[in-house]
Amino acid sequence: MSDDNPYDILADATDDHRWAFGTGFADALAGIDTSIPDGMDAGALATFCLALGDDALVYSHRLQQWMTRLPELEEETAVANIALDLLGQARLLLSRAGTVLERTEDELAFFRSEQEFRNVRLVEHADADFAQLVARLLVFSSWRLELLQELAAFADPVLAAIAAKGVNEVTYHRDYAAQWVVRLGDGTELSKQRMQAALDALWPLVDELFRPDPIDLVTAPRAGFDVAIETVLATAALDRPQAAPRAMVGGRSGRDGVHTESFGHLLAELQSVARTYPDATW
Amino acid sequence: MSAATSRAWAVAAATPDPELPQLTVADLGILRAVDDADGCVVATITPTYSGCPALREISADLEHRLRAAGFKRVEVRAQLSPPWTTDWITPAGRRKLAAAGIAPPAPARRTSGPIPVTLEPRRAVTCPHCGSAATVETAAFSATACKALYRCRSCAEPFEAVKSL
Repeated sequence: MSDDNPYDILADATDDHRWAFGTGFADALAGIDTSIPDGMDAGALATFCLALGDDALVYSHRLQQWMTRLPELEEETAVANIALDLLGQARLLLSRAGTVLERTEDELAFFRSEQEFRNVRLVEHADADFAQLVARLLVFSSWRLELLQELAAFADPVLAAIAAKGVNEVTYHRDYAAQWVVRLGDGTELSKQRMQAALDALWPLVDELFRPDPIDLVTAPRAGFDVAIETVLATAALDRPQAAPRAMVGGRSGRDGVHTESFGHLLAELQSVARTYPDATW
Repeated sequence: MSAATSRAWAVAAATPDPELPQLTVADLGILRAVDDADGCVVATITPTYSGCPALREISADLEHRLRAAGFKRVEVRAQLSPPWTTDWITPAGRRKLAAAGIAPPAPARRTSGPIPVTLEPRRAVTCPHCGSAATVETAAFSATACKALYRCRSCAEPFEAVKSL
């Protein structure tokens, strides 16, 4: 084995792990101590990790649906990277839930029904245009950043570590979205109008993010979210939307397993391969 | 550190990163420790990004290299906390990045307290080809999770830079 050309070392395959990252996925938490701390309510921890993991998984899928459709190659790369970061967070969080529920991340992602998903309704619809993409990315990442920062000191060291790891990633996502909202809001008359329309259309789903929920062991503080959004809107010369919150269904919403119509279609696509070939490995 | 553990560290530390094979996992700060646990070599690694697909490869590579070097019992553990930062890239790693045409990262920002939104262009990085500071970020992301795209205004060459994180 020669170390002269680094690519030669990589080509020196001796087992199957180089086959598109192997013939099966390793547990995202492989090699990590996943024992539950004394005094921790394991069921509540699992439900909360599922909720946070579902937010990331479903939103990552929506972002992946933009692939090959974005206006510039650079934005394609950016959105793909953001979707990959969120998918990585989803894998870790679903795996953490799975250590309690004794189910694998794949079983949780592909073999739960719509009502068993705990994601917020914000992540469910398809974006109609690029302004809607960056509006939701700004709101989602501003909210998630507050949540992950709170969680970085959480009593479960595994969840705390997953959250701390996500803080830097989501900060970068928020900056990307914020810069586009400013560029479009402070751009032409048409771009400003479409950016404002995108924010107005999204706003009814924002309150649900901060609604106290028994599932949520930690709630993101709204103040930090508001400061970030106000900064961006002021710089972009956009108005803060005034729309009323979207009604819940009998007092229930995303965290309770009650979702919008578009979520069923998304989930059918996300789960189609795994459900058609349940024994397949890749 | 025993002689065997030092040798195990040397073997593990020479493992190349799958996406930046010019650098080793020790250069990148991914390899956190190599210990001896009752005759078993335990290598501890940390992921760079949550979704980075390279961690599994690195783990398999480490195990393979340590076994090939004669260590019979080998275990690779992952450690999420404290989270990896580009500040852990060693001076040697930074030199190798620059030599490969990839600008090394600036010191990472601190993350205690509220994190302000960044609306201005990020700090300019130095062109790894000509050394000019007149560079512009062309994309905040690139072909791997850890890099961004830049262009040099002096020599006009495009280049990648490791994001500071």
